[in-house]
Amino acid sequence: MVTRSMLADADSRTEAIWSFLREIPDPEVPAISIVELGVVREVFLKNDNEVEVVMTPTYSGCPAMKTMEDSVREQLAERGYSVSIRVVYKPAWTTEWMSEETKEKLKAYGIAPPAKLTFEHLHPLSKPKNSAVLCPFCNASDTKLTSQFGSTACKALHFCNACQQPFEEFKCH
Amino acid sequence: MTKQEALYSYCVRIGDSALIHAQRLCEWCGHGPILEEDIAMSNIGLDLIGQARGFYTYAAEVEGKGRTEDDIAFLRDEREFTNCCMVEQPNCDFGYTMARTFLHGCFAYLHYRSLLNSSDETIAGLAAKSIKEATYHVRHSGEWLVRLGDGTEESHRRVQDALDELWQFTDELFDMDEVDALLIREGVATDLSALRSEWDSMVNEVLSRAKLQRPQGGYRSKGGMHGLHTEHLGHMLSEMQILPRTYPGAKW
Repeated sequence: MVTRSMLADADSRTEAIWSFLREIPDPEVPAISIVELGVVREVFLKNDNEVEVVMTPTYSGCPAMKTMEDSVREQLAERGYSVSIRVVYKPAWTTEWMSEETKEKLKAYGIAPPAKLTFEHLHPLSKPKNSAVLCPFCNASDTKLTSQFGSTACKALHFCNACQQPFEEFKCH
Repeated sequence: MTKQEALYSYCVRIGDSALIHAQRLCEWCGHGPILEEDIAMSNIGLDLIGQARGFYTYAAEVEGKGRTEDDIAFLRDEREFTNCCMVEQPNCDFGYTMARTFLHGCFAYLHYRSLLNSSDETIAGLAAKSIKEATYHVRHSGEWLVRLGDGTEESHRRVQDALDELWQFTDELFDMDEVDALLIREGVATDLSALRSEWDSMVNEVLSRAKLQRPQGGYRSKGGMHGLHTEHLGHMLSEMQILPRTYPGAKW
């Protein structure tokens, strides 16, 4: 018989698994965790030591996805869990899932956080009209886009005219 | 043909066009006209490889013979590839590459959008993921068409030549056969002919902004979906597949 205390126990163990996952940094942007990034969608405790982790890729071809899956396996294996990972594509990952706190961490790390997703982002022939991307170093709005494509699929390159520093922006997606 | 066979072929077709297009884009790596565009083309290629992996993995699962995405990508011959012929054409110049990315990108965007409501949940999921990427592939290549078409005399001439050359491969994008027919009945696939008018208006809008002429008529090439390719695909595959063919089972 499943008792209330057994359910409570399962809940707290699932919560513990989430907190282990929150310790795993994003391999490309270690200032935030893979949970804050939004790639870990769900955690199911199947029985005492079996866990299913549901993950979704940021971009279809993100090469860091494999590293993130390996880290999840390793992190939970160290704590005695056998892990299965299920990759889902829907709902598609979006930067809208990032909390304000996560965006602050990105900024403190020197990466301009993603802007809010607008209608224009979803239509290929319209140009998104977001306000200027603020320089994460000096907060100036006098910045220019150097390239929509940066060192990783999720970042764009900018240049700050005020402090003369190049910087990266976590693209709104 | 069973539904299972049709579904396998359908996923492989989408995957093949994405993979072959990606391979061409990534050939620019280290050769881009400027560093930012070098990165952009490889980035777009990487998205397309990701999309191909998703569709191949699902195809392998549907097939149920224990093959993997890698087997599908690396252990099939030219005649078994079912991509559209447009994406296998050599890169030529930067304008040609951008024109191709734009023409195929508009199609991919509309195709993925129509698959968002597919009765097959995996396909609907892959489409939901891929459409976000197709959106900025079209935006990026479309902006280049405008810049080149409305640029110098030389850039205009080159990108107009590219469009004229690529136009023969555009009808093929909307080609369908019994695979499509069966899956349309099942609610899995969509009728590609229904996408044609919107594709036309997207292309026309950008061409007019770019001061480029929409090519008219001319020879129409078809056959990619049935394995009938131009001479270029075989050469590309010999390079793309050499490692797993020479060292079967090689691991990183």
